[in-house]
Amino acid sequence: MSAPKTLYDKIVDEHRILSFDESGGAGERLLLYIDRTVLNEYTSPQAFSGLRAAGRTPWRPAASLGVVDHVNSTNPDREAGQLDDGARRQIEYLGENGRDFGIEIFDLFDPRQGIEHVVMPELGLVLPGMVIAAGDSHSTTYGAFGVVGFGIGTSDIEHLLATQTLVYRRLKTMRITVDGTLAPGVTAKDLIMEVIRRIGADGAAGHAVEFAGDAIAALGVEARMTICNMAVECGARVALMAPDDKVAAYIEGCPRAPSAGLFARARIEWDALRSDPGARFDKELSLSAGDIPPMVSWGTSPDQSLAITGRVPDPDDLPPERRADAVRAMAYMGLAPNMALQEIAIDRAFIGSCTNARLSDLRDAAEILRGRKVAPGVRAMISPGSSHVRSLAEAEGIDRVFVEAGFEWRRSGCSLCLAMNDDSLAPGERCASSTNRNFEGRQGIGGRTHLMSPAMVAAAAVTGRLADVRTLAAAEPAR
Amino acid sequence: MKGFVRETGRVAAMPGANIDTDVIMPKAFLKGIDRSGLAVGLFHDLRFDETGAVRSDFILNRPDMADARFLLVGPNFGCGSSREHAVWGMLQYGIRGIIGSSYGAIFADNAANNGLLLLSLPVAEVAALAAQLKGGAGDMTIDLEAQRIETGAQIAGFDIDPATRRALMLGLDRIGETLTHADRIRAFEEAYLARKPWLMDAGSDERLS
Repeated sequence: MSAPKTLYDKIVDEHRILSFDESGGAGERLLLYIDRTVLNEYTSPQAFSGLRAAGRTPWRPAASLGVVDHVNSTNPDREAGQLDDGARRQIEYLGENGRDFGIEIFDLFDPRQGIEHVVMPELGLVLPGMVIAAGDSHSTTYGAFGVVGFGIGTSDIEHLLATQTLVYRRLKTMRITVDGTLAPGVTAKDLIMEVIRRIGADGAAGHAVEFAGDAIAALGVEARMTICNMAVECGARVALMAPDDKVAAYIEGCPRAPSAGLFARARIEWDALRSDPGARFDKELSLSAGDIPPMVSWGTSPDQSLAITGRVPDPDDLPPERRADAVRAMAYMGLAPNMALQEIAIDRAFIGSCTNARLSDLRDAAEILRGRKVAPGVRAMISPGSSHVRSLAEAEGIDRVFVEAGFEWRRSGCSLCLAMNDDSLAPGERCASSTNRNFEGRQGIGGRTHLMSPAMVAAAAVTGRLADVRTLAAAEPAR
Repeated sequence: MKGFVRETGRVAAMPGANIDTDVIMPKAFLKGIDRSGLAVGLFHDLRFDETGAVRSDFILNRPDMADARFLLVGPNFGCGSSREHAVWGMLQYGIRGIIGSSYGAIFADNAANNGLLLLSLPVAEVAALAAQLKGGAGDMTIDLEAQRIETGAQIAGFDIDPATRRALMLGLDRIGETLTHADRIRAFEEAYLARKPWLMDAGSDERLS
């Protein structure tokens, strides 16, 4: 009998075309077959230009899908949405590349348009056991399906298009086991923010992280996607979860899912997609779900986060190697040491992004907003993760809840998460955001981002400051 | 891709942790469809204020750093977004190598694909180099062939992955290299898809609307 294997190594071994060094362990250099990719308008142009310049064509065009998501306006009137010349050119070039190279493109007016990491799963294009690499760092999202998903740059997109492979280095493995039950008001977003806070922005660097434990199994597939999506913020190149019945049910019936007969055959293989008992991980971490509070970020790196009941740290209390960064972050964020987080007033609230703009996220936020109003002076926006999510939400009336509370009901796109469109923060504006990065200037030059769950954004929007969602959930809103 | 064998130049120290690719190449410079014009975008919001005036306190704006060729950086440099524009901007600005303790993984791959040398040294060695540079030893030579860093009187060795080293020194076309294995790829693909027919390309379907 062969040695017990991790889920990550099983999937890599299934996709290994050849090994350059035959070492078999972490660091092995190999040629890896890639099942699928999704292209966006801003990291793909130079890859296509490279193909054209070299006279190359895509190896397997049908293994790629292109979507417009990063630069488009989310103006409800798509025709009126502002596009600068650069954005317009990128969108046109994506369309041109799709036509010239036989790759399907969902443009701005396609009913299936949306953020790449929302669109791929909802179509049923993400299947357990796959390797999916794409030109966006949040490609780790696909790990919720038992997929090795990872972000690549433009040169590697070109390599992938031309060869359907990547030259790959096998990662080390890390297992994060989460047992117990999340407390009421605490979500997957809080769980992953707590992991990032604990291990640091590079705590999983060089590793494929497998999330395990009964707290993970209890989560819905969309919540699992939130965790895998944000694992890149602690340096994980790959995040993984063993697929289960919930995953199969999520895929079954999606427009591009395998047909019934093939689906049944696939299920047999999917059931074996788990780490063998006794498989060895290079690193292990255990958490108890019940100990996790609702989280918010206070600084400019996702690991600068705390429980909402906490206070901005005093740099003098931090380890010496973290002090200078904390002082810099505090100055940028306009915060003073020891301030209670719940005293921080906001100007903007944003629900959106590949991390937290799926239907379940919208439902969570709507539950808090029902019967309440956005605080005076706060501009609140919601941009559903895809045009499909947007129409599902409208079908069940959630859009009315947002609109009646005072949120702008926008179109789908990455939007204010990285503000490559017209939705950016003004200098000094402070935003409660369901996104993934609080970097300096991320949501606009001088803009200040506090990361949190969608329900926590809703709570901040109605109170006008960072707020503990548990106090609102407990109180009966005026109706 | 330009090869890297031995380079000498000024080194600028930027010791903060987690300097991300949003900061290295702000979004305003990501709207092109080619790779040009990115030198001005490098660290743009650190180099210039809102009015476009030069921030004289930023390291790369110091007169003695006008032709900086290397950066000495803090941990997890280049984390965040996959944007390769960050690496293109570095090279267009004139940066040829970075010395630090750890890097964002996608950034590291992008660097290797473009001939930007990233050296990973233990935290203590990075700190020792930074301390030396404070003393005015501003120039450094990185010899990739001999695998050593020369700063004034001091010479230190470094480890680097042999495959990355070779690709950097030769400035290899990686796609061309991989395509020499085209037959192996094709044979693998055929067997793989036959074994897992549910992975065959899904046809177009309009059920989602």
